[in-house]
Amino acid sequence: MPEYQNIFTQVQVHGHGEMGIPIGNQTRNRAGKPVFSWLLGLLGNAQLGPIYLGATGTFSVIFGFIAFEIIGLNMLASVNWDPVQFVRQLFWLALEPPPPGSGLSIPPMAQGGWWLLAGFFLTMSILLWWLRTYLRAKALNMGYHIPWAFGAAIWLYLVLGFIRPLLMGDWGEAVPFGIFPHLDWTAAFSMRYGNLFYNPFHMLSIVFLYGSAVLFGMHAATILAVGRYGGEREIEQITDRGTATERASLFWRWTMGFNATMESIHRWAWWFAILTPITGGIGILLTGTVVDNWYMWGVKHGIAPSYPEVYVPSIDPTLGGAN
Amino acid sequence: MNLSKASALALLLMSASVLQGCWEAPPMESEQVGFRGVAMWQTTNPDNTDPLVALNQVPVALPATPDSPGAPLAKDVYQNVQVLGELSVGEFARTMASITQWVSPEQGCAYCHQGANFAADDLYTKVVSRRMMQMTQTINSTYSDHVKETGVTCYTCHRGKNVPEYIWFEDKGPRHAKGMAANNYKQNNVAPKAGYTSMLSDPLTPYLVGEPQKIRIAHENALPLKGQNNNESMQALEQTWSLMMHMSDSLGVNCTYCHNTRNFASWEQSPPARVTAWHGLQMVPAINNDYMVPLQPVYPDHRLGQLDDAPKAACNTCHQGVNKPMYGVSMLDDYPVWRAPLNDEGAVVVPDYSDAPEYLDPNNPEPSAVLVEPEDTKVASSSATEVEANVVQ
Repeated sequence: MPEYQNIFTQVQVHGHGEMGIPIGNQTRNRAGKPVFSWLLGLLGNAQLGPIYLGATGTFSVIFGFIAFEIIGLNMLASVNWDPVQFVRQLFWLALEPPPPGSGLSIPPMAQGGWWLLAGFFLTMSILLWWLRTYLRAKALNMGYHIPWAFGAAIWLYLVLGFIRPLLMGDWGEAVPFGIFPHLDWTAAFSMRYGNLFYNPFHMLSIVFLYGSAVLFGMHAATILAVGRYGGEREIEQITDRGTATERASLFWRWTMGFNATMESIHRWAWWFAILTPITGGIGILLTGTVVDNWYMWGVKHGIAPSYPEVYVPSIDPTLGGAN
Repeated sequence: MNLSKASALALLLMSASVLQGCWEAPPMESEQVGFRGVAMWQTTNPDNTDPLVALNQVPVALPATPDSPGAPLAKDVYQNVQVLGELSVGEFARTMASITQWVSPEQGCAYCHQGANFAADDLYTKVVSRRMMQMTQTINSTYSDHVKETGVTCYTCHRGKNVPEYIWFEDKGPRHAKGMAANNYKQNNVAPKAGYTSMLSDPLTPYLVGEPQKIRIAHENALPLKGQNNNESMQALEQTWSLMMHMSDSLGVNCTYCHNTRNFASWEQSPPARVTAWHGLQMVPAINNDYMVPLQPVYPDHRLGQLDDAPKAACNTCHQGVNKPMYGVSMLDDYPVWRAPLNDEGAVVVPDYSDAPEYLDPNNPEPSAVLVEPEDTKVASSSATEVEANVVQ
């Protein structure tokens, strides 16, 4: 009997490569003979390939590579083409958007032009990859849950790097490409607009983000725990409830009085996941355009409590006529 | 298959060792400084405390000179005593001896006084130290909002060294490819002056010398106002933040030492230390502009920065890692001379050193060319190696 307590999958199927169902004449696009990898099998299916890229995938990869190169080479230039410093400081390096105040004009290459170009190619790459997920879902006669979920993430990406800068009328409002710099930008964004924690859409986004993790953990734990009764055959058990489902359901009714079903848990998970970037994107979009200081907005609307004083409150020294 | 398992294990070990290098080992100590539940804590690493305690001990004061009314004043006995002339001869000698102990314990008097004539201004160090004495008196009398009753002395910055450990120069910034390569606006490199963040590589020049840049970026109105610059940028905020990283680093404190981070801008919710820090941000540019920068022509080249600028003061120049230098122990009771200028001359007017004579340098460094190995010796030694190599072959 397989063990389900392990972090790695315990059952690996190695055999003739599964080429997938035939779909019209498109099977010719699947390239490569499948290979098997024990390491891959620890995490997922041991089979690698065949691969389908198609026109959208191919151009997506090419555009993504162009964006990656523009960003990477500009980072390398920022350390004067020194490969050692490039590696040592990689997390600190960035490709910056045009400086603030330069509006929505096409800037010189050194002042954000490269950023705009990299953003264009990266966006094209992402949108083509979205189209690919849509077309593949269609080809397989699947629902479109995956493209729409991916689309939710793209919404947040576009709000941060494109839609909000357009509304603010300045490319300088956009996020730099870089590991620490984009994190610094995020914290600076929060401080510039008076603490994003008081933004209700940020609150919702956090609820859905953490909720996604909780749901994912609860669901995964439940299914693994009834694996010994065939609990991982969830889809069949939506209609043909077996002892695994009954035990799992009873467990949650015992512990919290209510249980998801084998179907509903996946709908919860999907909505929590896509609502994370959708609400987050709305929160970003309202910041600076509609609200200037979220903390003060919170005070105005009674969501920022005041606390007892533990030290004598300070007075702004500039109020006394000093400058 | 075994090979794969081994490589997976190796990968795990490698990532664990990489992570190991990134953190300070617990335990940390934390102290609550605000209302419960609002995350106002001061966090310190006890491993770092001992060296700071050692660094911040006040030196033993020299025995006070007996109070003898009618004793002659320094200005009556010695020549060219511009700052401390109002002291009695005994107190003057004691002060000079203390300065020597604080600033040049190894070189002694000779660090500022050349030869037999102690009145002569021929060493640059004497000219600089005179101005630094005036600065100390100005700080204690004019900027008591920042230095309080504790005040500062030479030792606050010097700590027994000729040049204080923490001075700063303007920064050329990291080397950057020219031409079309994207500008990174003096950020996005490892920035030791900004707490090793990727923000401004030099957060001091914009705020601590010349006309200081605006620090307050966030607005205090809930909704955007007409007529206000609603495009205050994240970049401007990051510049402020870089300066704050310098302050946090210099004082060994968290953001919450001065701010309630739920709203950084709010003064009403800020701990009192923020007001003290605000006065510090008025004081430092003023002393840099009035005292540090004008001395530029006086220094020998090796005391100047890569842009030939004079050494300047920042928060860490005095604080050196603790919130109150010397943990708030005042040296002024032992040395009241530093409380305020003793006369009106010189302290207010900034001297013009621009056509200063070439001063002598007590360090008397060899001309820098000597430090570079002469070309011909290099050639000779490399050819000698070649000869040896040939012999071995």
